[in-house]
Amino acid sequence: MSIILDHVSHIYGSDTAMAVKALDDISLVIPDGQFIGLIGHTGSGKSTLVQHLNGLLKADSGHIYFNGQDIDDEGYNKKELRSKVGLVFQYPEHQLFEEDVFKDVCFGPRNLGLPRKEVELRAYAALKQVGLPDDCFYQSPFDLSGGQKRRAAIAGVLAMKPEVLILDEPTAGLDPRGREEILGQIEKLRRERGITVILVSHSMDDVAEYVERILVMNKGKLLYDGEPREVFSHYRELEEVGLAAPQVTYIMHKLKEKGVDVDTDAITIPEAADAILRALS
Amino acid sequence: MLRDITIGQYYQTESVIHRLDPRVKLAGTLIFILSLFLFDNFWGYLCAAAFLAAMIRLSRVPFRYMIKGMKSILFLLLLTVGFNLFLTPGEALVSVWKLRITREGVALALQMTARLSMLIIGSSIMTLTTTPNNLTDGIEKGLRPLTFLRVPVHEIAMMMSIALRFIPILMEETDKIMKAQTARGADFESGGLFKKAKAMVPLLVPLFISAFRRANDLAMAMEARCYRGGKGRTKMKPLVYKKRDILAYLALFAYLAGSVTVGRVLF
Repeated sequence: MSIILDHVSHIYGSDTAMAVKALDDISLVIPDGQFIGLIGHTGSGKSTLVQHLNGLLKADSGHIYFNGQDIDDEGYNKKELRSKVGLVFQYPEHQLFEEDVFKDVCFGPRNLGLPRKEVELRAYAALKQVGLPDDCFYQSPFDLSGGQKRRAAIAGVLAMKPEVLILDEPTAGLDPRGREEILGQIEKLRRERGITVILVSHSMDDVAEYVERILVMNKGKLLYDGEPREVFSHYRELEEVGLAAPQVTYIMHKLKEKGVDVDTDAITIPEAADAILRALS
Repeated sequence: MLRDITIGQYYQTESVIHRLDPRVKLAGTLIFILSLFLFDNFWGYLCAAAFLAAMIRLSRVPFRYMIKGMKSILFLLLLTVGFNLFLTPGEALVSVWKLRITREGVALALQMTARLSMLIIGSSIMTLTTTPNNLTDGIEKGLRPLTFLRVPVHEIAMMMSIALRFIPILMEETDKIMKAQTARGADFESGGLFKKAKAMVPLLVPLFISAFRRANDLAMAMEARCYRGGKGRTKMKPLVYKKRDILAYLALFAYLAGSVTVGRVLF
């Protein structure tokens, strides 16, 4: 059970003067249950990449295998693929349309052709998982606050019980508290259900705390692929492509330059605090 | 998919037509359309087709790209052809049951096809080679005399430019929402007419909401910059006719005179 990308390329507008190579020969393996951060500057191809994973876009060359089957094969059930690989788009609250939240969350599982009871059970469970208060369930989705709307929309994808959950900038436009709540809930979900999670973001600080592997994209190419510590050690190169390592990395390196003997591997604030305390004592 | 609709979109490239004053292009489009309705024989249309081909060549917009935009109106074209073919009275060529195809019908259908397709390609050359901003500037300046009749020319031009500007934005938005709902298992392709119409709800509701939101934001942004209509408003880049524009006008009138002579008088 895994996703394999084999030399995947994608070109936008190939028949016009404005052709853009959005993906350039990407090869990677995504094993089960991994928590992955996909980082890249605006226009680096990260959104294009994730849309390939559930068959919304078709690769111009190369192959994508989900659980050992080529998803572009004739007769491959794309609908089933989309229920297994759940994709939450950027600003997912813009996709809400039903008269109440519960019905909206039911939309996904209902499209899978499940019996009504199963649909409602899943919707209820999904709404619980994203931590939406009960009294929101039968409100119009347009009356919710921004953070609540987003959670309702994420629940809409969760209700399909995906094995792989992809979130495209799930925290864009949220305040720090809403951001932490959403990321915390995703982490909890992954622990409880053991699903693969791919978090797309342009902020290292967002993902540093949670993910176990980071993919860095630049101009359609895969620049780095490795553990957070390893990737962040390239912080100078990251800056060159318009990205930055977490703020903590900078502080640790500055401290080391000034002669404080700290461990520069720390990537989260608690780790950094520990390291500094250790160095001082 | 939706990206294939090219009507009203701008195609970025460098050409003589792109650099012309938008007023020339507006007048040219009008003259071309007018000429199409003046012909009553085949040679006139041949003239128009030659002129159109020359313009396409000069504009450097790939012909394939233009044709792609025509697909959406193919249905309209077929409908017109169908009506003309079957409902024109005259000398029967083929008759099956109650349907009769007449000689006059065939001629009329061909004429309509030529007219409509050239009309659409002709006007899309204008939009493909003129940025929406330029186009509205042209309309505004070209219609300036009407302000004496209390026609709100500036406001009309502004509304047009906003509408044109929003076409690609809404198109992109539609594409995005469509993808988001497809990711949730929605199916926009299969099923009968009723099922297809029903499948549109998850697409149309968010689209309308987003259109209203955008309109609201835009109104707010305009108000924040103290926009209050055209009165006393000046332009950073006022339109001025250059030599090539005069030449283009001359070419246009030469075409009109020439093609009408061929299409109406000579034969």
